[in-house]
Amino acid sequence: MSAGVATTLITNAIGRRVPTLVNGRETMPYQGVDGYRPSGRKAATPVRSNSDYPANGDKRVPDLETALRLCGLRDGMTISSHHHLRNGDQVALTALQTAARLGAKELVWFPSASFPCHEPVIELMKSGAVHHIEGSMNGPLGDWCSHGHMRGLGVLRSHGGRWQAVQDGEVHIDIAVIAAPTADYFGNADGSHGKSACGSLGFALADSIYADRVIVVTDNLVPFPCIPWQIQGNNVDYVVEVDSIGDPEKIVSGTTQITRSPDRLRISELVARFLRDSGIMREGFSFQAGAGGIALAFVDYLARMMKQANVKASFVRGGSTKYLVDLLHEGLTGYILDGQTFDLDAVRSIASDPRHVPTSPFTSYNFHGKGNFASMVDACVLGATEVDVNFNANVVTHSDGRLLHGIGGWQNCLSAGCTILAVPSFRDRIPVIVDEVTTVTGPGELIDVIATERGMAINPRRRDLLDAVKGKGLPIRPIEEIKAEVEKICGGKPAKPRLLDRPVAVVKWVDGTVLDTVWQVVDDNPYAPQVSGGE
Amino acid sequence: MPAVAGISTAARGEAGRAGEDVRSDLHVSFEERAGGGIEIDLRSRVDVYYGTSIRQQVRDVLHALGVEQAHVAIVDEGALPFVIAARVEAAVRRAGRGKGKSSLPEATAFPPPSARDRLRRSRLYLPGNEPKYFINAGLHGPDAVILDLEDSVHFAEKDVARLLVRNALRAVDFGAAERMVRINQLPLGLSDLEEIVPQAPDLILVPKVEAPEQVSDVVGAIESIAETSAVRRPIWLMPILESALGIENAMAIARASDRVVALTIGLEDYTADLGVAKTAGGTESLYARMRVVNAAHAVHVQAIDSVYGDVTDSEGLLRWGEASRAMGFEGMGCIHPIQIGIIHRAFAPTASELEKALQIVAAYEDAQARGLGVVSLGSKMIDPPVVQRALKLVARAKQMGIATPTSASKALIGGTELSSPAGGQS
Repeated sequence: MSAGVATTLITNAIGRRVPTLVNGRETMPYQGVDGYRPSGRKAATPVRSNSDYPANGDKRVPDLETALRLCGLRDGMTISSHHHLRNGDQVALTALQTAARLGAKELVWFPSASFPCHEPVIELMKSGAVHHIEGSMNGPLGDWCSHGHMRGLGVLRSHGGRWQAVQDGEVHIDIAVIAAPTADYFGNADGSHGKSACGSLGFALADSIYADRVIVVTDNLVPFPCIPWQIQGNNVDYVVEVDSIGDPEKIVSGTTQITRSPDRLRISELVARFLRDSGIMREGFSFQAGAGGIALAFVDYLARMMKQANVKASFVRGGSTKYLVDLLHEGLTGYILDGQTFDLDAVRSIASDPRHVPTSPFTSYNFHGKGNFASMVDACVLGATEVDVNFNANVVTHSDGRLLHGIGGWQNCLSAGCTILAVPSFRDRIPVIVDEVTTVTGPGELIDVIATERGMAINPRRRDLLDAVKGKGLPIRPIEEIKAEVEKICGGKPAKPRLLDRPVAVVKWVDGTVLDTVWQVVDDNPYAPQVSGGE
Repeated sequence: MPAVAGISTAARGEAGRAGEDVRSDLHVSFEERAGGGIEIDLRSRVDVYYGTSIRQQVRDVLHALGVEQAHVAIVDEGALPFVIAARVEAAVRRAGRGKGKSSLPEATAFPPPSARDRLRRSRLYLPGNEPKYFINAGLHGPDAVILDLEDSVHFAEKDVARLLVRNALRAVDFGAAERMVRINQLPLGLSDLEEIVPQAPDLILVPKVEAPEQVSDVVGAIESIAETSAVRRPIWLMPILESALGIENAMAIARASDRVVALTIGLEDYTADLGVAKTAGGTESLYARMRVVNAAHAVHVQAIDSVYGDVTDSEGLLRWGEASRAMGFEGMGCIHPIQIGIIHRAFAPTASELEKALQIVAAYEDAQARGLGVVSLGSKMIDPPVVQRALKLVARAKQMGIATPTSASKALIGGTELSSPAGGQS
């Protein structure tokens, strides 16, 4: 078997050639932003009887190996994990290695995201214990997959898309292994306390509800009840106590440092001014920004403008950091609705402040929900590796074709009232605005503003935004003009990488259709920069 | 200049920087050889995109320098073309080759020639051997950029930095910023001028000036180089006074040439010369700064203050800048772009000053129109120097883009904006 299992490629609604068969399963090509309406009934777990579980609620077993055996581990199973422990996670890898030691083969790993710390999974794929990964592949794993080494296609989904895939039965989780910074013997679990505290555990919620078997692994076992709980013990089969679930220093950063790069500060300030001058920043508005350098500085600038204008947000959505927590403390927002918690200040806040609320991809992003929070947000500030003149954007591959990042919640956030991509106009001489992105991760019709240090481009579809900021002194420019200026600086258009006509992964849209294909790369540049993380 | 067979060893030269912590630069290792043409060994983080173009560019530069047989090893961290050209040329020159030749990058359009009395509120220092800061410097809206060849460049790298600055003057669009270069003290500064002057910098900062002759020497060099290289744009001078003697000679230095448009002061060297500590309050340099202001005004040139060293302290910078303006300075240096907006705010007239000045100017214009010799505002007679000051203030405010009464509020021109975009809110 190989990545390029003979499969038909067809051109989808955004003009991209995509396979119709992904890992043996018929898959719908992308039909347009709102073009697909699946029907039928949602997936469900097997019927259980509580008489099969200990009446005293104590579900502890001695170790992960025992738990996996009791879960009926066998070849070909799908094992899931979450990434709230980020690059400090030790549980997902241990679970897969333990399964391999028990002799399991052809497993599918279904993480909510993977990090460089998971690089040893490559060895498990080489040995045959793991067949392939369905989930974000960052850094080394993505690089390996890009070179066509993985059997089976990588399937990249957004956080919301992962929930959608589980709910509509596209992915069936056999065993969920949930790393929990705090848990009780019944399996109630939470992320906001303990030495390995990571804040919200929302990415593990779908796994806990929909997996056939659920194992909670904790290094902070507390007496029943674990309060608060985000994972309900009633969904949990076994609890395993270990010395450590991860490296706290890599789980959250001690202090989040705002960027000092003048160019990034300039982009951040422009984005904040855009929100102010377009009128989006008004009493009761809402916004979402991630934890990247530009996003943090943006929050800092916006907070000052909010104070000056005496305006408060009704809620903000995290990725939470000290900067959002400061907003909460200064009364500049009513609530933080938090999908993941990035630094110690934010972890302390979510553990102690009832206005700092853990959320999940279900509340925030899920296509099969009856609405979601992301589309209720007024403005969202995101990044991208590439953007094209039609405002299509890429977050998963670099311009050299290598798959190096996951989608995260990025696709889901595009449904915000105003989506702003804050990007430098070039990185290491590589222009960010191109004729056509290497991999479409987000359709241009959902992307409203591109903010660079050389000016901001507004999507011509958003006449309202163009009008709103007219005469406000913002450097609004046509996207083609910024692109031409950068190409002149960089010494011409960059050459395109050579890619094989062989898919190595697919990018799903939020509804489960296939938006684009990642192709195998040919050239290996040992001097190309390594990518260290992100999702 | 071919190597004499059997006698000389192969000519080698290296220039530039590479490594994991380096961005937008490259390291070039050049070795001339007897035959075999040009061989390029390239490792680049942007090889996929620009590998072919880099190889071609290196060949072109070598050809322009008269080198046809060489091995060149390059480690590239995403350098822009003007940087690649400068580093390759520097490596060749260090090998003793390419004498009398150069390879200039494609020129960008120069901004309009610099006016003698233009705004010089902020001048952003760019270390002359750090190419990564060049390309976007103009975007942050400083009144000037200073490509520095003096204190920020290690003594062993002067030759290399000089070529980089030369190429930057030619190829980098600094927007509306005045293009300044700080040269080294003479005689080293003469070699700087030979490379720099043909690229028509708008202003040369001359460091550690203590006597008018130093200015005359620089002027002489500029004029002869400008003539041979047919540079017709004005090249102004800003002497930096950095010693007790320099301060005492401020007047003579300011008068040494018509090209002098401003005097400035270097407080690190000045306090070192006095053997005193440089304090945040600046009491120790009060006399020197006042002396610079007075001498500058005596000969109708601008008085420009030193830099504020603590980048993180924007409140301190604002206070320093406001005090500086109150003393009679018209601008100061910046060591980080985030200081630019704060400095512009500090050197802007306050709303009430501007309001008052506009009233006086209106009264003056009214008196002129009616043929009256005396200007009066309400029941008060306005003295001619007050009128002059008001006219000057309004003219400056216009240059800053804040001259109408409705916009004459500091909140509008400064406020939360730390930096204003090039061509921004005016």
